[in-house]
Amino acid sequence: MLELIGISDISELFDQVPPSLLLPRLLDLPGPLSELELRTYAAELSDSNGNLDDYTCFLGAGAYDHFIPATVPAITGRSEFYTSYTPYQPEVSQGNLQAIFEFQTLVCQLTGMDVANASMYDGASALAEAALMATGVTGRGEWVVSGCVHPAYRETMRTYAWGAGRSLIEVSRASGLTDLDDLSRKVTENTACVVIQSPNFFGAIEDLAEAERVARKNGALFVVSCNPISLGLLKPPGAYNADICVAEGQPLGMPTGFGGPLLGIFACKKDLVRQMPGRVVGATTDAEGRRGFALTLQTREQHIRREKATSNICTNEALNALAATVYLATLGKNGLRRVAELCLQKAHYAAQTIVELAGYELPFSAPFFNEFVVKCPKPVSEINSRLLRKKIIGGLDLERHYPDLAGHMLLCVTEKRTSEEIHSLVEELAS
Amino acid sequence: MNGVPTIFEISSPGRKGIDLPPCDVPELPVEELLGTANLRDELPLPELSQVHVMRHFTHLSTINYGVNTGFYPLGSCTMKYNPVVNEEIAARPGFSRLHPCQPEELSQGILRLMYDMQVFLAEIGGMDAVTLQPAAGAQGELTALMLFKRHHERVGEGHRHIVILPDSSHGTNPATAARCGCDVLKIESGADGRVDLSALCSALSNESAAVMLTNPNTLGLFESRVEEIARMVHEAGALLYCDGANMNAILGAHRPGDAGFDAMHFNLHKTFGAPHGGGGPGSGPVAVKAFLEPYLPSPVVAFSDGRYHLRYDGPDSIGRVHAFHGNVGVIVKSYAYIISLGAPGLKSVSANAVLNANYLLSRIADAYEVPYGRRCMHEFVASAAKQKAQGVRALDIAKRLIDYGAHPPTIYFPLIVSEALMIEPTETESMDTLDAFAEALLKIAEEAESDPEVVRSAPHVTPVSRLDEAAAARNMELRWTPGD
Repeated sequence: MLELIGISDISELFDQVPPSLLLPRLLDLPGPLSELELRTYAAELSDSNGNLDDYTCFLGAGAYDHFIPATVPAITGRSEFYTSYTPYQPEVSQGNLQAIFEFQTLVCQLTGMDVANASMYDGASALAEAALMATGVTGRGEWVVSGCVHPAYRETMRTYAWGAGRSLIEVSRASGLTDLDDLSRKVTENTACVVIQSPNFFGAIEDLAEAERVARKNGALFVVSCNPISLGLLKPPGAYNADICVAEGQPLGMPTGFGGPLLGIFACKKDLVRQMPGRVVGATTDAEGRRGFALTLQTREQHIRREKATSNICTNEALNALAATVYLATLGKNGLRRVAELCLQKAHYAAQTIVELAGYELPFSAPFFNEFVVKCPKPVSEINSRLLRKKIIGGLDLERHYPDLAGHMLLCVTEKRTSEEIHSLVEELAS
Repeated sequence: MNGVPTIFEISSPGRKGIDLPPCDVPELPVEELLGTANLRDELPLPELSQVHVMRHFTHLSTINYGVNTGFYPLGSCTMKYNPVVNEEIAARPGFSRLHPCQPEELSQGILRLMYDMQVFLAEIGGMDAVTLQPAAGAQGELTALMLFKRHHERVGEGHRHIVILPDSSHGTNPATAARCGCDVLKIESGADGRVDLSALCSALSNESAAVMLTNPNTLGLFESRVEEIARMVHEAGALLYCDGANMNAILGAHRPGDAGFDAMHFNLHKTFGAPHGGGGPGSGPVAVKAFLEPYLPSPVVAFSDGRYHLRYDGPDSIGRVHAFHGNVGVIVKSYAYIISLGAPGLKSVSANAVLNANYLLSRIADAYEVPYGRRCMHEFVASAAKQKAQGVRALDIAKRLIDYGAHPPTIYFPLIVSEALMIEPTETESMDTLDAFAEALLKIAEEAESDPEVVRSAPHVTPVSRLDEAAAARNMELRWTPGD
C-alpha cells in the first residue's frame, strides 16, 4: 500500500501536520483491554450501580420505568438498522425510511397533529426548538412558558432563548396548575408562543382549552408538551388546536438509561411544516411506479440551507424512533390504552393509600395521570434514605426546583409497579 | 401499489401483539379519575399480532444497508465497524436501567465512567474540561458558541456577533451560528483547499465572535497553518472553534487544543465506534480550555471527598442543553471503545484510516479528477467532472456503486468541488475491500464512456429504483392515511 501511495514509511502520511504540532508522546489513557478483560471490567463497573431491576422505582419526573416488550430490543438490535447512517441514499435505506414514515404516522395518530418529523434529541430540546420555530413563524421574540413545565425543560429553553436573543417569560403556578389569570396577563402582541405541559410536571392535567384561547386571542402559537403514554386515554393536543406538540418519547419502549439517549417527538399543523425543524420522510414512487420513501422537504435543513435553515439539527434519535414504532405496533390501540389505564389506576390507588397515612397530604386537587405530589411530615431526603434501605427509590424532592415546595415529593407509578410494591412503599412511609 | 405494506395496511381489528397483566389494585371508573372532558374519543393506532410485528420489521431490516452489510465510505461520517461487544455492555442493566434522578450513592459506577470520559476526551483533544450533555455534534457546536457568547459578555465584548467560516464547512456550522444569534461571514478557501490567511485577515474585525474550522477540513486536508490562524483569531479578540467531525484522522497524532483551538466537539458516533443508529442517537461532548470551564452546561460530573457527584453550582453556567446528562448510553459505548484500544490503539486507528484513504485515492486518481492533490488525511474528495462531460453525474456514479455492492460516498459536498465524491474508507476496512471498491469505481469510469445509460439508470439491484424526490416534496405525503 505504501508503495502505491509513493511513501516509504507510514509516518510520512502525517507530513501535512507541522512537526511542532505532532504529539511527541502517547496519549495518557488506560487500556488496551481485550474483549474478555473489557467485559469483566464493564461488569464490575455496571454492577456497582443500583439499577431498576434491583430497586423498586417510584421516580418519574421526565424518565419513566415502563415495561418494554421483547419485540423492541429484538428489532432495534438488528445491525442492518443500528449500523446504518441517515438514509440519504433511499434505494439502500428503504427499511429505515419506511420505519420513520410509520413513526411519523403513529405520532400523528397519537397526538392528533397533522405532521411529525423523524425525531429530535429529547423532550427538552424539542420544546426549545418549538419555541424557536414559533419565533420564526410569528416574528415575535417572547416565549411565555408555564411554571408547571418540567424545570429542566424550562432551563433548556432559557439557554436556547438566551443564545438566540429571545426572552422567556414564566407564568406562575396556582395549586399545581398554570395560573391562567397570570397567563392572560403575560401574553401580549409580542408573544411568539404559549408553552404548556399536560400532564404537567406535577402530573396534573391542565386546562388546555383555556390556554389555547389565550394564545389564539393574541396571535401566539400554542405549544403543548405531553406524555405519550397518557395519550392512550387523554384527549390529544391536536384536539385542543395545538400548533406544535412535543413530547419525550422515552416511555415508548426505551430504558431510562441514566437519562439518555431519549427521544424528542415533534409534530405540528400541516401549514407550518416548512418551518418545522429536523428530518422528514415522505412517500413517493420510483421510476417503475412502485411506492418508496425518501427524505423530503430538505430545503429546510442545514446541509442545504446553511444559515437560513429552520434548525441546525442533523443527527437525531432515529434508532429510538424505531423503538417507539415497534413499541406502538406491538401494543397497538388496545395495549396502549391498557398501559395508560394501569398507570392511572395504580397511581390513584397509591395516592389514596398514602393520603390515609397520618401527616401525608395531597396538596393539589386537579385530576392527574400517573404522577402526583405528596406533602410529607418529614424532610423528603430523610424519607428517601429510609426507603432506600428497603430497596425502594422514592419520589423526587421538589425543593431544589421549587423552594416553596420543600417537604413535597413527586411520585410516579407506572404499570410495572405491583400492588405489593405499592404497599411496601406505603408501609415505609408510615413508619 | 407495490412495496412493503405498512403496519397500518396489515392492521386488523382485534389483533394484539402482547398481553398485559390484570390490574392488581381496585379500579375506579376512568371518567371519574380524569373527567369525561379530558378523555379522547378514539385512539386510531394499528392492531397487529406479534408475528406480524416481527416479520414486518425484520423484512424492513433486510432492505436496509448498514456497516455490517458492507463497505460504507460515506465521507465526513466515519462509518467504521462498531464493535458489537460495546452494544452488549451498554445494554447491561447496571448502565441502561438507571434513573437519571436516582440517588448518587446508587450511581457511583456510571458517574465514574462519565467522569473518566470527561478526562479522556480532554486528553485526546488537548483541552482542560468537558461537558457530556450535547446529544449530537450540532448541539455540541451550539453549546460551544453559547460558551463563547458568555465569555465575550463577561469580558465586555458582548457586541461580537460575526462567525467566520470557510466555504468548505459543514452545513451545521452556519446553521448553528444563526441559532446562536450570530451573523455568518463565509470566506473562500485558498487554491490549496485550506484557509486563505489573507481572506481570514480581512474578515476578522472587532465584531468577530468566533472562527469555526474543521481540521482536517472537509477536503481531507490538514490546516497546516493552524497556529498562525489561531494567533490571528486571538489577536482580533475572537475565539477559535474546532468542528471535531474529522477527529478520526488525528487521534494520538495531533490535538486541536495544542494548536490553539479554544473549544471543540467530538462526535462519539463517528470517531469512537458508537453506531450511527440510522441517524442517531449520537453524542456530541464539548471540550474547552480552562477559561471557558465556568460557563459549561450544568451539571458537570465532579469528583471530591472520595465520591463522584453531579455538580450544579456553576453561577456562570450557560444552563442546560439536555433534559438530563446527555446520551449516556452512547457515551458508555465510546468509553468501552477507548479503553479497549488504549493510547497505542487509538494512534493506529488514525494511522490506518489515513493509510486506507491515501491508498484508495492513489488507486482511482487516474480515472477521476482529484482537485486538491494526491495526498490526503482520512478522507478525500474526488470529482466526477470528467465523467459529467460524458453525461454521467456524481449522483449516477453513487447509485451505480450500489450495484457493485458498496454504499455510495457522500456526494455534492463540500460545495466548492463540482460533482464531488467525498470518500472516507475508515481504518476498519481491509485491503481486499478497498481494492474491490477501487475496481468498481474504475469500472464505472469505463462505463461512463462505453455505456453511460447503465450508470444513469442505476441502481438495478435494489427493491426500488431511483425515487421521484421532486414528487415527494410536492405531494407532501408525510404520513399514512386510510385509502392510500
